[in-house]
Amino acid sequence: MSSQEKLSILSQAARAEIDHWLTKYPPEQKRSALLPALHIVQDENGGWLSPELIEGVAHYLGIPPVAAYEVATFYSMYDLQPVGRNKVKVCTSISCMLRGADELLAYMESHLGIKAGETTPDGRITLKKAECLAACGGAPAVMINRNYHENITPEKANELLDDLE
Amino acid sequence: MIEVEIDGKKFQVEPGKMIIEVADQIDSGIGEIPRFCYHKKLSIAANCRMCLVDVEKSGKPLPACATPVTDGMIVRTRSQKAREAQKAVMEFLLINHPLDCPICDQGGECELQDVAMGYGQDISRYNEGKRSVKDKNLGSLVATEMTRCIHCTRCVRFGDEIAGMQELGTIGRGESTEIGTCVERSLVSELSGNIIDLCPVGALTSKPFRFSARAWEMEQAPSIAPHDCVGSNLNLHTLRQKVMRVVPRENESINETWLSDRDRFSYEALSSDERLLQPMIKENDEWLVTDWPTALTLVAEKLGKIAQEQGANKIGALLSPSSTIEEIYLSQKMLRKLGSNNIDHRLQQIDFSAQDSMPFYPGLPMSLEDIETQNTLFLVGSHINHEQPIAGYRVRKAALLGCSVFVLNPADYTFRFPVQDKCIVKPSAMPNVLAEVIKVLLEKGIEEPVAGLRELVNAVQPSEFAHTLAAALLTEGKKTIILGAIAQNHSHAGHIKQLADALAKMTHGHVAFLTAGANSAGAWIAGGIPHRGANKKNLTHPGMNTQQMLEARLSAYLLLNVEPGLDCANPLLANQAMSTAEFVVSISPYFCHKVASYSDVLLPSVPFSETAGTFVNAEGKWQSFKGAVQPQGEARPAWKIIRVLANLLELPEFDYQSCDEVYGELMQKVAENKADSHFSLSIPSYLPQTIVGIERLTEWPIYRADSLVRRAPSLQETVINDSPVARMSLDLANRLQLSADCHVIVKQGEGEAILPVELSDTIPDNTVYIPAGFGLTAELAAPFGAISIERSDS
Repeated sequence: MSSQEKLSILSQAARAEIDHWLTKYPPEQKRSALLPALHIVQDENGGWLSPELIEGVAHYLGIPPVAAYEVATFYSMYDLQPVGRNKVKVCTSISCMLRGADELLAYMESHLGIKAGETTPDGRITLKKAECLAACGGAPAVMINRNYHENITPEKANELLDDLE
Repeated sequence: MIEVEIDGKKFQVEPGKMIIEVADQIDSGIGEIPRFCYHKKLSIAANCRMCLVDVEKSGKPLPACATPVTDGMIVRTRSQKAREAQKAVMEFLLINHPLDCPICDQGGECELQDVAMGYGQDISRYNEGKRSVKDKNLGSLVATEMTRCIHCTRCVRFGDEIAGMQELGTIGRGESTEIGTCVERSLVSELSGNIIDLCPVGALTSKPFRFSARAWEMEQAPSIAPHDCVGSNLNLHTLRQKVMRVVPRENESINETWLSDRDRFSYEALSSDERLLQPMIKENDEWLVTDWPTALTLVAEKLGKIAQEQGANKIGALLSPSSTIEEIYLSQKMLRKLGSNNIDHRLQQIDFSAQDSMPFYPGLPMSLEDIETQNTLFLVGSHINHEQPIAGYRVRKAALLGCSVFVLNPADYTFRFPVQDKCIVKPSAMPNVLAEVIKVLLEKGIEEPVAGLRELVNAVQPSEFAHTLAAALLTEGKKTIILGAIAQNHSHAGHIKQLADALAKMTHGHVAFLTAGANSAGAWIAGGIPHRGANKKNLTHPGMNTQQMLEARLSAYLLLNVEPGLDCANPLLANQAMSTAEFVVSISPYFCHKVASYSDVLLPSVPFSETAGTFVNAEGKWQSFKGAVQPQGEARPAWKIIRVLANLLELPEFDYQSCDEVYGELMQKVAENKADSHFSLSIPSYLPQTIVGIERLTEWPIYRADSLVRRAPSLQETVINDSPVARMSLDLANRLQLSADCHVIVKQGEGEAILPVELSDTIPDNTVYIPAGFGLTAELAAPFGAISIERSDS
């Protein structure tokens, strides 16, 4: 792939938005804009990042592709496979686990008929385990798309899941 | 200085040092603190926790690699608290590590195995399932067994910090962390093999060496790398008279702890099927195996007869620039005593016009380490990371320390260091760019270092690059212009050298040459050049250079480890000259079909691993080595072959009993007559015109540079080794109506080759890159100059 092709995978709009973020950091620290840049590109791509897009972002920021890939695989906010219309992330880290996250997740799995990491056949919901959502005070916590929901019981989960389009 | 106490011993140390550095000092008397992620040449990660030590007044044990010493600190590396912490870490590290030492190549030289002996338990308390990790395909050099990985990240940091290109990364998180590449792809760093040494476990091992020997079976012999002018120090590991692998030998002033892949993996060629193992003579176009006396007598008779009947100047010798200094010294002594000065090792060059103003030997006017202290470096015609990978690493260190690196090249190479500014022009425009910089300097009021320079550069129009570079060269500090392979092999190499000299003079800088082969410097010192004898002895009747020897169609050629079609600048001319010669004798470790087609006698010599010898590196360091294994078959060291040949020719003063005597004789000459390395500045009489149409650009790809590396299969498979192609810009391809999937007929004088097209945005317009060192491209002529290209319909 030529450098032109690597760049052209990012849309004009995405590039403009990344440029906006770049103004917030010193010019020699373009790497700092990696997290927002990946979010921008992921949102534009229906909620997931392909290897080509990750490489495109890396190229745009002038960092090694693997450095962008490290970040994209580290955070549970990025998805590397196609996802459903809604992302449901259940925190399974220690506080939530002690407050019944495992049971909650098992309930959601059986309710939706999929395993964590999978998407419902109708493309409505992708269910995922999340690393600590930093909401220990309201454990167990669930993040649905961009919203936090705390002290979730199977009943509440039912309601939340059924409300999703 | 501050005082710290480690294990009861007091040390006066610089503040800022880490505990592990103090304990690691030679003679510290402290037993080794166990470690995995710490490496003295890499940044501190402190992620393996194996080096936990007991520091007084600290509640918890602290990692010795990441804890700076403070005044009055008391450290215990073996107290009960330290031992308990170390043993606990060891237990965790072994939880997921497979117990497969018997089938692991690292077994016997494994840091994990060693440390586990000291700190591990003989049974594991862990009864759950171990995790397994899919192996990655990293290409033909590095084998992976990723389940064994303990995530020390030494390999990741090596790529980022040393190699200058991060190829491996820590993918995933927590328990599912793996070391991998982005999309699965082969490593492209020319230093990639070093991660094998760095890996403290058996996760990354040598692919070519895999399952072939155990560490404890092999013997170790020191040697010197035979490929580039760095002269990396290495160890050959041998088993039953075979070199099994090559590892770096630490030498802080040359290669530090590193080794380039070319130096590390070319050993495969030492036991190639193509080794020539017996002397052979051609009779009625058939090759007959013979014995040494018959073969040598025949060569002596033939050479003697030609010298007598046609004159000794009808004989010429072409030497590999990777021959030892002893081989070169004896070759030139034999030839000169026979009456011929036709001897050369500059096989890749075509313009020798500035040879009289060359220093004693072309190289670095400083040490390799001093590259790092330069403030401005200007690379001219150099693909340094491929030509001399370790020198490229030194430039990287310089750049990271703040040195401004400028580049003038005929292709936009990817360097492993930041470049301040670059000028990418067609090859024929390179001398002009240097003239532009000189013009800017003159305009800024710098004095003309030699009369006529102002007039010479008067007509050029300085570019923005010329202004930027001139300004940088005028700043205070150390500056060096490095002339690489392309500058030296250029069709106007003389102009480039003279202009670079003038530029250096005007800016109080230096000119450095990074030459081809392992021993170009040695070849100049020993007289492997037509215009100077050993130790810069001036000759009244200089002989012919490589190009002249080939053009003159001599009657006899002596080839010392040379494959003319692959090693010479003009392979078409070289093959023609060999084919029409009356007598060609090839002294080589290999049987090459092309060479055999025009040779009359083949004398089997040995590669560097089977002979004693000396290479002189770019900084002028003489590095001798001994043979690590016996010569294979009937092959013999070339210095012995030449000595006996000289004896049979009844030439005087060839009574050497050992390689050391040859070395001693030359060393004495050099010591007695301290050669004057000063030379007067000369300027070219004109500036070469830029070629208007399409022109050729040639490089010897990294793994096609000499007969040894060309026969190393694993290196040939790597992705950075070029294939024979016609590489050009998209613009040029469009104008010629070519696409990436078609072939072209390249015509160059009588030469013609059909090559696949490759598009690249690194090549300037109207330039076509065609590599040398391949049979396919050996049908072409000079490496630079006008060529014609048309679409091939076949």
